[in-house]
Amino acid sequence: MPTQRSLGAKAQIANSAAMFFALGDETRLGLVSRLCDAGPSSITRLTEGFDMTRQAITKHLRVMENAGLVHRTQQGRESLWLIEPKRLAAVRRHLELISEQWDGALLRLKRFVEG
Amino acid sequence: MAVTDRIEKRILLQASRARVWSAPSDAKEFGEWFGVRFDGPFVAGAPLHGVIVPTQADAEVAKLQEPYAGRAFDITVDRIEPQRLFSFRWHPYAVEPGVDYSKEPTTLVVFTLEEQPDGIRLTVTESGFDQIPLDRRAQAFGANEGGWEKQMTLIEKHLAHAA
Repeated sequence: MPTQRSLGAKAQIANSAAMFFALGDETRLGLVSRLCDAGPSSITRLTEGFDMTRQAITKHLRVMENAGLVHRTQQGRESLWLIEPKRLAAVRRHLELISEQWDGALLRLKRFVEG
Repeated sequence: MAVTDRIEKRILLQASRARVWSAPSDAKEFGEWFGVRFDGPFVAGAPLHGVIVPTQADAEVAKLQEPYAGRAFDITVDRIEPQRLFSFRWHPYAVEPGVDYSKEPTTLVVFTLEEQPDGIRLTVTESGFDQIPLDRRAQAFGANEGGWEKQMTLIEKHLAHAA
């Protein structure tokens, strides 16, 4: 089995995506993994294969854009969406830290009510 | 629900429902395990001011909280459904003194209680992270990361002892 270190950056992003999958939303996971696989993509291309309107997909992308997970770049007349791998890793790390903080708080609560 | 938006935690507690209920929903009790002192009781829909005081539930964690003692800890209580659900909104990274966070988006923290054959299951969810600007997240890390890592190490040590 390859170690975490031997995996490429792309695979690490895929790992993050796998973790996010455990947390929920399939459409956004799909968009994230598509952007990881295909690189910069137009809205037309991103909408292919989803049973959703361009508007709905754009809405999901905007939410991720606001969270700093993806961004847009203009190429000629076309607007392309790109993944932000560092941001994605940072967000993953961030949620892990908050999550650990709650673990600690709940252990204290446990001791408090059971003690 | 957004993939990056939400955290959910569950813990099974060997105590009565009433005992578990008051731990998160009574302002004074919340303060004791969490490490905060509020100005008054929790009232649905009402904002409440608090300050960080080291927790009384763990001496080691208390030591880590010491540098933050006295910092503002403001929440707005959301819903109170006795014995079942308690929720509030807060600013999850309001760690810098002197910064006005009141205009920034909040996250929603919800505690729910469920009866289980072997105890009371307490679930905590925190959601709304996608609305928090990422630079705010990064800033908060800079201030907190060392402390959190230390805190986790201590908790692991503690658990290893208890096992």
